[in-house]
Amino acid sequence: MTAATAEQTGTRGTMPPVPEGAVTVTVKVLRYNPETDSEPNWQSFGVPALPTDRVLNLLHYIKWYIDGTMTFRRSCAHGICGSDAMQINGVNRLACKVLVKDLMARKGKQTTITIAPIKGLPVHKDLLVDMEPFMEAFRAVKPFLITYGNEPTRERIQSVADRERFDDTTKCILCACCTTSCPVFWTEGSYFGPAAIVNAHRFIFDSRDEGAQERLDILNDAEGVWRCRTTFNCTDACPRGIQVTKAIQEVKRALLFRR
Amino acid sequence: MTMALDKPRSPRRPAARRSNFELASWLFMRISGIALVVLVLGHLFIMNILDGGVHRINFAFVAGRWADPFWQVWDLAMLWLAQIHGGNGLRTIINDYARKDSTRFWLKMMLYVSMVLILLLGTYVIFTFDPNISAD
Repeated sequence: MTAATAEQTGTRGTMPPVPEGAVTVTVKVLRYNPETDSEPNWQSFGVPALPTDRVLNLLHYIKWYIDGTMTFRRSCAHGICGSDAMQINGVNRLACKVLVKDLMARKGKQTTITIAPIKGLPVHKDLLVDMEPFMEAFRAVKPFLITYGNEPTRERIQSVADRERFDDTTKCILCACCTTSCPVFWTEGSYFGPAAIVNAHRFIFDSRDEGAQERLDILNDAEGVWRCRTTFNCTDACPRGIQVTKAIQEVKRALLFRR
Repeated sequence: MTMALDKPRSPRRPAARRSNFELASWLFMRISGIALVVLVLGHLFIMNILDGGVHRINFAFVAGRWADPFWQVWDLAMLWLAQIHGGNGLRTIINDYARKDSTRFWLKMMLYVSMVLILLLGTYVIFTFDPNISAD
């Protein structure tokens, strides 16, 4: 990159200096402005990127220096808050956890990174989707501790083995990567989706919780676990490495063998 | 780039129906699938491979088989299991793919009507088969 690039200006003013070793990658974003567009359209940006950059850095560069109207969610930028789930090169990932070096084209060819909003949720603008249907399914499985009778005077004791039983599903950050990768969720119904089932699993298999039967009743419904087609898209998509499909099958098994 | 799938979804969820129908249908698919592997492979073996296979099949062969209650039950089980297994599979596919409620409803009605017709006709033939029927 030459010094001339650094003096170019975008809509946001002076571009920052391009760091040593940066290559220009094409970032192709599926954009949608509800005020002017009748349907989403692809827009490409040339962005200088270091191999160690995350995809989120590229989006930041676009928003901060090229086009300030670029709209997306992000908060912690370190894979914990679960805000920046998007479809990167066709698969659901967190933009803050995907490195540019893993998306580089081979043999020095021009790299194109496509970014689209997660599928199956209404798009508000650009990469910003309405999370309400997702959150509604999450709330519907009662993702909170349910107990009956008197509260213990001390904490609710749990053995290490009992805690281990649902450890995997406690990792969920509600990013919606799994649910919006699920072909059954894309269709018009109101399938709970993998994330809601994962969060139900977290309480169903918690020895301290007493609401398992109500949750199992909810998930036994027509839109519950029986709509799962075990395509494993959710397990592939999960940025936390949760065995989502396995959790769904464990809920099915609990339903099959409950008294 | 069509975004037809990304329509706003139903904002509220109807109350759970407390029925075990989906569980039963899921379980039925597994059990009938295993049963059909035995029934269909056995059927294919007898009809196509054993004793000269397909060349020995004629009216007398079929009449002889259906004179035995064992083969009547075998064929009846195969008919019912295969028809309901396949119909249930199509039902889930319709549920997954139909976009409009009316499309879903009418596709399922067509499916159910065809299932009932084929089941009734097949059962009728197996039970009322007359080996002495005249050829002309």
